Amino acid sequence: MLDATIDVRLDRFHLDLSLQAADGEVVALLGPNGAGKTTVLRAIAGLQPLDQGSISLDGITLDDPAGDTFVPTSRRPVGVVFQDYLLFPRLTALDNVAFGLRARGMSKADARARAYGWLDRLGIGEHAHAKPRTLSGGQAQRVALARALATEPRLLLLDEPLAALDASSKLQVRTELRRHLATFVGARLLITHDPVDALVLADRLVILEAGRVTQTGTPAEIAARPRSRYVAELVGINLLHGTAIDEHTVRLDTGAELTVADPVPGADLAIAIRPRAIALHRHRPDGSPRNTWQTTVTDLEADRDRVRVTLDGPVPVTAEVTPAAVADLELASGTPVWASVKATDLTTYQR
Amino acid sequence: MSTRRSAARRAAASQQRAPWLLAPLAAVAVAYVTVPFVALLQRTPWSDLGDLVGRPVVTDALRLSLTTAFTATAIALLIGIPLAWMLARTDVPGRSAVRALVILPMVLPPVVGGAALLFAFGRRGLFGGPVYDATGFLLPFSTWGVVAANTFVAMPFLVLTVESGLRASDPRYEDAAATLGASRWTIFRRVTLPHAAPSIIAGAVLCWARALGEFGATVTFAGNLQGRTQTMPLAVYLALESDRDAAIAISLVLIVVSLAVLLPLRDRWLTI
Repeated sequence: MLDATIDVRLDRFHLDLSLQAADGEVVALLGPNGAGKTTVLRAIAGLQPLDQGSISLDGITLDDPAGDTFVPTSRRPVGVVFQDYLLFPRLTALDNVAFGLRARGMSKADARARAYGWLDRLGIGEHAHAKPRTLSGGQAQRVALARALATEPRLLLLDEPLAALDASSKLQVRTELRRHLATFVGARLLITHDPVDALVLADRLVILEAGRVTQTGTPAEIAARPRSRYVAELVGINLLHGTAIDEHTVRLDTGAELTVADPVPGADLAIAIRPRAIALHRHRPDGSPRNTWQTTVTDLEADRDRVRVTLDGPVPVTAEVTPAAVADLELASGTPVWASVKATDLTTYQR
Repeated sequence: MSTRRSAARRAAASQQRAPWLLAPLAAVAVAYVTVPFVALLQRTPWSDLGDLVGRPVVTDALRLSLTTAFTATAIALLIGIPLAWMLARTDVPGRSAVRALVILPMVLPPVVGGAALLFAFGRRGLFGGPVYDATGFLLPFSTWGVVAANTFVAMPFLVLTVESGLRASDPRYEDAAATLGASRWTIFRRVTLPHAAPSIIAGAVLCWARALGEFGATVTFAGNLQGRTQTMPLAVYLALESDRDAAIAISLVLIVVSLAVLLPLRDRWLTI
């Protein structure tokens, strides 16, 4: 259990937030670049001392300026997967993972045996003797994860774990990372600027903007009621859960069926739909959209030049349209409408 | 054929980009460096060379030069790397003053450095006086005096090179090691030093080359005694007065030794 109240003043930047993460929980700290995400990570890891506040893990105080307590980084039970992974370039994958065990005084043979076990668990045992530069992004990430887990920390911090990957490998690595994160017993704090990473990997989101928390909640809560423009833009993504029934069809938990363009990756699925991808019509639309359904407007929420329209029914989603469209369609709470979304606008993930 | 034409086009294009004045000036620079060596080789008494190189005055000087240059480099590594680390990684007050002081021997005439060493470590020197009174040990005019003069003049090359190498290396690797539970000393030994290895090797080579060629501080502080303080440069200088052929022979040996050390390292490490 991580309990942190972080107050750090850097020149012209003030970070002030409170953050909790329970054992077994994946918390995503999501925010735009420059919001202070990495400073939060550095403070928890002991690389950036607090100016005020306190950080405790499992009831043990790690940093408390008022009480004059500061546990140095090397003695905190905190594992970190850094952005770009920072694998030691001159050491093999195996010796990278063994590094923390060696630093704790384990013999070389024991440390290597243990490290090999971790690499094997993460499915990269065959790359144990490879140098980091010869590994792919996904492999390097797993070595970094094995290195962070090998010292058996109580808290795992991940700084933009998917940012270094190209788009084609991201989907697969994200799915694997989710699986590997699930095996860790302590709390996990994931730092990202990518809402999809946060939605797929986290149980709970903490939105950080300009050094302050602007919203916290489950992905569904935040997607339904984004409290700021940034959250609306980035996190206001509809997330639906369902099961694949054939290669291109997903049956939602509500019973509705959606057609997806890409072959579905597995049985237990999450589908992300951007609100702008959903079109609204007064009458049943003709043409190509594969997914068309009739529903009722339950709520309208104006947000500057956009209106977020919450829809009821078997596909509970929020659409985003212009004020002009609201006027044309005469939308109001209770209005029956047709909604449509192209199969190519559905992004499917394995849960 | 098309590849040949495109290669020619590329060459033409790259030549177009270079201002025309640069090529002749660069040629002058090459000539200026080459001509003295050609002159030296042209005056070399090739038939007597084996005999000249085998003389005790030459072998003594060569042995002394190599041992003192290597010893000075070892001392510079031992105390210079920690200094470079302090300069690169800490916020000790007066850091820029320390750096200026360390660079001073680089820009100072070596004779002045030798004189300063005498005032510090001579028989009546600030530090040397009490040591001599207590133990009878004298640094000047001994082989250790040569090492002291070499270290004084050559260490700045090592310190500056390693400092810039440390500055260029990503300190986040040290953070990563700390999160893995490594102590400061383990981090320094297993992360910082390996990352700075290229700059340490480059700095050591520059330091060694400077120590090997050291003249002014050595002759001032350690004198010119064959077998004890007479290094190769001193032997060359002395021989020029009496025996030109011997001077040329010693010079050639010095050139060969320098090239033998520098050439294998050049492409890999000396990119500065």
